[in-house]
Amino acid sequence: MTLMPPALRPHFSAQGLRHGARAALPAFPGFIMFALAFGTAAAQKGLSLGETLGLSAFVYAGASQMVGLEIWQQVWTPATILTIMTVTAVVNARMILLGATLQPWLKDEPLARTALNLFLITEAGWLIGTRYHTQGGRDVGVLLGCGLILWLVWLVATFAGFFAGALVPEPQRFGLDLVMPIFFGVMLVPLWKGARPALPWLVAGLVSLIVHALVPGYLFIIAGALAGVVVGMLIE
Amino acid sequence: MSGFGSFIASPWGSVLAIAAMTLVTFLCRIAGVVVMSRVRITPRIERGLRALPGSIILATILPVVIDNGWPAMIALAAAIIAMAVTRVDIVGLVAGLGTLAVIRALG
Repeated sequence: MTLMPPALRPHFSAQGLRHGARAALPAFPGFIMFALAFGTAAAQKGLSLGETLGLSAFVYAGASQMVGLEIWQQVWTPATILTIMTVTAVVNARMILLGATLQPWLKDEPLARTALNLFLITEAGWLIGTRYHTQGGRDVGVLLGCGLILWLVWLVATFAGFFAGALVPEPQRFGLDLVMPIFFGVMLVPLWKGARPALPWLVAGLVSLIVHALVPGYLFIIAGALAGVVVGMLIE
Repeated sequence: MSGFGSFIASPWGSVLAIAAMTLVTFLCRIAGVVVMSRVRITPRIERGLRALPGSIILATILPVVIDNGWPAMIALAAAIIAMAVTRVDIVGLVAGLGTLAVIRALG
């Protein structure tokens, strides 16, 4: 058979957008907590509302936004702009890997829609999209719907954090500081296909632990992820 | 001070900083697709990329969970077990967060 059934060919639909928006729901708590924390920290640091929302709307990458706050300047120089640019690139370099796995799914999409889809890519959204894709889904609308709704949640929670961050009760009491790691752990379950395909994950975890212990910053994520990919390539 | 230097030192510097961060982040977001559209995807590369989702999850959460000690580990285990049994992601999330909240309330 040369022709794949239509469902297995990449396509785009409005139902997909709605499906993606619904599928993103489990990621909401993590996004809300992180963006609330960012909005609060930005307000405490003295950023204007426009700067805070600008970072959330356009950079839209939590870890790099938080690191960016640490080196934020009242008065900028070419050197400090270059610094914040480099640090952002290092923290977000892991996104290169996310995009690499999406290429086969997006290759026949219109360029503008792919640009938008990729602009909205986050690890959580990518995991939800990857899960859908692994189960045989090919509707690109799901990825976009998920990306759009998560971006909106991020922006609204940033806004709320900027004004009302101090009113949020201690997140630790409800375990909300660990909501993102626990969400990621939940997303691991549908990926499980037996012990052997999970061997790269184990190596990724060990490498990230070692790098985390030795190198400050967020380098441990990309180091572990790359180690996992290499092991995946090496085992048959 | 040069024209550019005084422009950066003005409030426009923040706009430029956000634009610079946006640019490099967007380049990271599109780079994977751009590179892979020029590379022939061999079975080996495909195997490597297939290992990525699980690898990125473990690489992201393992150091954080271990830093937070045994309550975080038990909460994570509860979330994974609840998800494995029910296959409903919200149930897994609530089980994990609930377990963590209970342990911390007792501790």
